[in-house]
Amino acid sequence: MADFITLSGVTKTYAGITALDDVGFSIGAGEAVCLAGENGSGKSTLIKILAGVEQPDRAEITFNGARQGVLTPRLSADAGVMVIFQDFSLFPNLTVAENIAFSAELGAHRRIHSAARSRTIARAALERVGVMLDPEARVETLSVAHKQLVAICRALARDARLIIMDEPTTALTDREVRGLLGIIRRLKADGVAVLFVSHKLAEVLEVCEKVVVLRNGAKVVEGPARDFDAASLTRHMTGRDVGDAPAGALASDAPVLMQVRGLSRAGAFHDIGFDLRAGEVLGISGLLGSGRTALAKALFGLVGADAGTITLGGAPVPLGDPLAAARAGIGYVPEDRLTEGLFLTQSISRNVGVGRLDAHGGGGMLDLTALWAEASDWLARLRVKAPSVEAPVRALSGGNQQRVVLARWLARAPRVLVLNGPSVGVDVGSKAEIHDIIRDLARQGLGVVVISDDLPELIGTCHRLLVMKDGTVTEMLAPTDTDETDLAHRLAS
Amino acid sequence: MARLLARNEVLVALVIVAFCILASLSDPRFLSLPTLTDLLRSSIVMTIFAVGAMLVLISGGIDVSFTAVAAFTMYVTAMVLNAAMPWMPWWGALLIGSAVGAGLGAVNAVLIAGFGLPTLIVTLGTLSVFRGFMLTFVGSRQITTLPPGMREFGRMMMLRGTNADGSFYSLHGAFLITVAVVVVTWAILQKTMLGRAIFAIGGSVESARRIGINVRGVQAFVYIYVGALAGLAGTVHASMARVANPFDLVGSELSVIAAVVLGGARLAGGYGTLTGTLLGVALIVLVQNSLIVIGIPNTWQSVTVGLLILLGTGLPAWQAQRHAARAP
Repeated sequence: MADFITLSGVTKTYAGITALDDVGFSIGAGEAVCLAGENGSGKSTLIKILAGVEQPDRAEITFNGARQGVLTPRLSADAGVMVIFQDFSLFPNLTVAENIAFSAELGAHRRIHSAARSRTIARAALERVGVMLDPEARVETLSVAHKQLVAICRALARDARLIIMDEPTTALTDREVRGLLGIIRRLKADGVAVLFVSHKLAEVLEVCEKVVVLRNGAKVVEGPARDFDAASLTRHMTGRDVGDAPAGALASDAPVLMQVRGLSRAGAFHDIGFDLRAGEVLGISGLLGSGRTALAKALFGLVGADAGTITLGGAPVPLGDPLAAARAGIGYVPEDRLTEGLFLTQSISRNVGVGRLDAHGGGGMLDLTALWAEASDWLARLRVKAPSVEAPVRALSGGNQQRVVLARWLARAPRVLVLNGPSVGVDVGSKAEIHDIIRDLARQGLGVVVISDDLPELIGTCHRLLVMKDGTVTEMLAPTDTDETDLAHRLAS
Repeated sequence: MARLLARNEVLVALVIVAFCILASLSDPRFLSLPTLTDLLRSSIVMTIFAVGAMLVLISGGIDVSFTAVAAFTMYVTAMVLNAAMPWMPWWGALLIGSAVGAGLGAVNAVLIAGFGLPTLIVTLGTLSVFRGFMLTFVGSRQITTLPPGMREFGRMMMLRGTNADGSFYSLHGAFLITVAVVVVTWAILQKTMLGRAIFAIGGSVESARRIGINVRGVQAFVYIYVGALAGLAGTVHASMARVANPFDLVGSELSVIAAVVLGGARLAGGYGTLTGTLLGVALIVLVQNSLIVIGIPNTWQSVTVGLLILLGTGLPAWQAQRHAARAP
């Protein structure tokens, strides 16, 4: 297969820090390549260089064998290099047709807009991926997977030869990932090359020919995809083995901390009952729509329940009242920390301190010194990596953001912590560290409930697993009795 | 039906119809040609303003300086034409007015597109600066003798006649200018890539930049075009009023923006239709001119406008919220 693009000796430094050091690889026409690496490994810089947005200090880049000089966004786009960013960069207020056709029309230097031509372009692109969407639908009404599809079609409409996908699977469900893989196969058959850029690549390995792993700006390994699996990818990305040791046995005399009995909510979950003991990590899993998210929220009162009781240390916890739940000693780390868990533009210390305003707010005045001291202490204990505690939370990586949310709750000394998707959107290294934190908290006697669809995470951290289906608990397992395949089977069956 | 009601246009149209029914019940003469021509005349200047304000809202910004641009323009145009170019025909006066307005709009464009400053802050600033500059350095006394071109335009009627009951009616020729502004703006928005780019940057500036839209260029066009519209509106206003009063117009910017928002344009950008804007203007003009007909004292005007805004923008927002709450 002829190489569509070759890179060699790509080097880029920012203010003395080497972001990329002599990186090189090639991508053939119709080939899919995984570019794996943790946050900060140089992946994003490499994408920007290919897209012509950043200029490398040194690089030899060829498109179709032709040596390229300085790349500009326009040159890259004209050569057929299209980047699909994680946020898809679509226009929510415009129709599917217009979103797909917009860059093609710009590329053709059109000045006059024709809705009919946009529709034709959109239909042609949608046909190539083999999915029919209503071209007249507004993009804001689409699901995440369909938005991604629109972004892919937009690249195709602009005659993409290489589609670079940044974190393509992060926001997708398992079924949607399978749909995406089907589309990628079609594109490859069509001669379009794909570069997946992610820290979570195991699920796209099956459609890839080649894997390239970056670490700290340098290429650490390159080889055929069949030689890699999730574990070896992780090892190369982090440079160490971050296998999860299963949780140790729970002391048999550990007291029951939280009791849930007959918890029901019409249309969401029915007759949920379990005990959570001190020092226990309880995993809850289920497919989308199984009621696991609603249950997680109900435990913390964010979602009301029609019937049932929750008691904590023998005392009943009022249902449907998050403030009461927090006072009783329950902490909740939401699934979508960006919209539900953090004040993104506020400083790290404020994000931690906000949970402790009452404790330091005697007599209507805030004891700021104590508040900040406590916040800094927790940030240090959870090893949050930040230039300063005054930096906005937005500037942190996913893993560090998650730690900030954790720190906020831990500062309140909760007795039970409900973690909804604790490692969604977090890179592999940080994930292992978050798992360590979870195990550590449990050892200190906290009860932890982990809601997740990351099966290795559940098997690696939990003492017991509840499997939910159609709103009820169908099974209770010990992680030692199951493995990933078995668990996936139980979830789906 | 519920979906249809969730659209501002439909809602506003229904309110207008209800208003007209109420008005004709209490005064049978309400539904007549003179009322229509009166209302159309009152909406000529406001419509031009509103079309401009809508364009800015679609692009994701907000402009509150257009009334100051209009006042500045009409005053300076009248003064300059009187002093230096009394021979200028009416269309020349309108062109000069538009050019002066475009020049002032360019000031906004430089600050917003060039320096990337927030639109509300820039236009609040220029609102004050343009107005203050005119009153301090150009003049603050009414120009009662307009230049011949503007006087000629002020007398132009496209329609006049007498009703059976002897009442006199006429429609000012400036109505055609408004129609032209609406048609040209429609063509820009719907038929050119530039127009679609205005929607695109209103939807997401970052996305627009990434697919290669010249965001600064588009923004600059928006503020210069809106400046030109404001200048045109100012010149038309002075011609129709037959006086250039420097204290006119400024202060009406919020009711213009209210009309546009009533018509469904979103303050967050990316959404807005000419149909909605025209309906919004129609409703505001109705309320401002005919409230008395349905027995509500004119002192209640601003309360009514305020309630209409709360209802007109609140109802669709509330429905959207309920819809979102029902989804899991």
